[in-house]
Amino acid sequence: MSEGNGTALLSAENVTKVFGGLVAVEDVTFEVPERSIVSIIGPNGAGKTTFFNMLTGLYRPTYGRVRFAGRNVTGRRPDLIMKDGMARTFQNIRLFGTMTALENVMVGQNARMRAGLFGSILRLPHVGREEREVEEKARETLAYCGIAESQFEQMSINLSYGDQRRLEIARALASDPKLLLLDEPTAGMNPQESAALTGFMRRLRDERGLTILLIEHDMQVVMGVSEHITVLDHGQKIAEGTPEQVRTNARVVEAYLGKQGEKEAEAGATRQQPGKEGPV
Amino acid sequence: MTKTAAALRRPGVKTDTRTLVALAAGLVVTLWMADQIEMDLFMAFVLWVLVAVRTIFHESKAALLGTLVALAVWAVVLPFFQDAGGGFLEDATQALALTVMALGLNIIVGFAGLLDLGYVAFYALGALTAGWFMSGFASSAGGGEGFSLLVGEPASNLPGIHFNFLMVILIAVVVTTIAGMLIGLPTLRLRGDYIAIVTLAFGEIVGRLVINGDEIVIGGQKLTNGRQGITPVDKIDLPGLAPFTGLELRPWYWVALALVAVVLFVNYRLRDSRLGRAWIALREDEVAAASMGVPLVKTKLLAYGTGAAFGGIAGVFLGSYLNTVNADQFQFSFSIFILAMVILGGLGSIEGVILGAIVLSFINFNLIPDVFNDYPSKVGLDFDLTELSFGIFGFLLVIMMVLRPEGLIPERRRKLELTEGVGSGATTGVGGAGETSYEARA
Repeated sequence: MSEGNGTALLSAENVTKVFGGLVAVEDVTFEVPERSIVSIIGPNGAGKTTFFNMLTGLYRPTYGRVRFAGRNVTGRRPDLIMKDGMARTFQNIRLFGTMTALENVMVGQNARMRAGLFGSILRLPHVGREEREVEEKARETLAYCGIAESQFEQMSINLSYGDQRRLEIARALASDPKLLLLDEPTAGMNPQESAALTGFMRRLRDERGLTILLIEHDMQVVMGVSEHITVLDHGQKIAEGTPEQVRTNARVVEAYLGKQGEKEAEAGATRQQPGKEGPV
Repeated sequence: MTKTAAALRRPGVKTDTRTLVALAAGLVVTLWMADQIEMDLFMAFVLWVLVAVRTIFHESKAALLGTLVALAVWAVVLPFFQDAGGGFLEDATQALALTVMALGLNIIVGFAGLLDLGYVAFYALGALTAGWFMSGFASSAGGGEGFSLLVGEPASNLPGIHFNFLMVILIAVVVTTIAGMLIGLPTLRLRGDYIAIVTLAFGEIVGRLVINGDEIVIGGQKLTNGRQGITPVDKIDLPGLAPFTGLELRPWYWVALALVAVVLFVNYRLRDSRLGRAWIALREDEVAAASMGVPLVKTKLLAYGTGAAFGGIAGVFLGSYLNTVNADQFQFSFSIFILAMVILGGLGSIEGVILGAIVLSFINFNLIPDVFNDYPSKVGLDFDLTELSFGIFGFLLVIMMVLRPEGLIPERRRKLELTEGVGSGATTGVGGAGETSYEARA
């Protein structure tokens, strides 16, 4: 197992989530070292997004503990976890549709702002200053994420798909997080765009000192960018290690392609049964 | 649009045939309507000129600014052209008070997207505050001698509690803000329709409380006067001004106008602030908002609190203006009436809500009872139009939803969403819609 260049920024201990009778995530323990890029992979329905939702406070783990930046954040409110320095994007883009790109990124800085009700009504000097700073920062962040200035005032619902993906990252980055969680950031992107995003993730780590945790299906991206990979299947951690170790792990191959013997038997019997999906 | 008209068109100036015909028709309707509701014809004409200028020079910032300033001046000088005790000023004053409420409800429903069907509760609490602190209701106060604070003659000598109008407004703001947050608490874990049901119940609870309050006695003092109502309520008495009377309505109008101005200012400031953005983010996607650092509880409670405070302010004013606080004023239909103003004007649109409030108020207080009331009997039908008031409002809303779902003056966001956003094909929606488009692309 390769160690990152620092201590663990985020750690999950025996995290479990049960929905009714369904165990979505079972007893997962893992660590994200500071300034590293770590991936979680697994077939559809493996519990990756549920796991993400527990880390960011949207779900409270049924059992287990999440520690972030030296603090126990299990069951902490999502907006406070965000304030602690953990920002995320969503698998299905969840922008504030009728707000402009700029406003979306300004909302992202909400946790860093101090303006209150009366200060906002009276527009006290410090509120006006804060407002200008936040807008300035939003513009910088949008440009940094590669969104053209002509799109800043566009309603986010009207942006192109690629720009919406970039805007989600910009919105998360605006709060200066320590850890960025990306839930399938390259979904729906073509190979060139995916490659550009891979480069962008490295830049984020090197220029901004960010730690990145991503869920990803595109193996090209995962193998190219990750230092460490955790594989989930049916809610359980079935393997972890460097890309090389994971690629050759028998259980991982089995999870993605089915058992060798079974597969041959199936192929012989009928061709209609599709194998487990997911590219390797 | 004919070719000649298009050729004549200069950039930013709208003079195509359709616009001109609409404006001409508008003039006829405006003058006829003004005549019916006893509005000064000259002032009605000026109003039409302002609208026409704005329509023709629709791209000019200077024209917009000019018409807005002119409109403000118009609103201030309007009473000088009207009969001081006449029906028009009476209705106009009430319309302005209801505008304050509509602007308050707009914060809750339009900005934060929390459907509130019990807004009447805040009107009731505001009016009750006026009943408690501006009348002879608490007859035992001060040992039967009465207790007064910063009010002038007759009130200061009467039994009961008599506080200055502005102080009562402050008290009402505190009371209704707390009530707003209390109603907010049980709805925090709820979404959409369920919020509507809880707020509906809250409105009913407060309504019942006012009806039955005459049997709730605390320390020898009844809570309310039930259906009989607390009356009379002190007239507004402001330092430096002659005491207000029921015969001279101009000062009432100006006070109401000033309240609208203050509330308007607060609305604009809040909309363009950190809090306003948080409200809209909440309306768009609660989960994403929370993940982006918007504290859900605090943001929702602030929406309820500020929205409720405006209801309370208007309640105090109406208590004093109508000279009575009785249970029949606080019915469920009132909540719907205010909500209809917000929807008709344009959810979330400050300008639209003002227009919606004024239009619906005049339809309710003037057009239906005074102008069109006997029309059914003229064609041989045996009923008054007032009996159909809410049917008419419902019909208007249906027409609006079909022809112009975004409201009379739509909020910029909703306009884009309804006319350009959805259906342009190149978009992915938010929330549920986003999921499907993602599936389609993945």
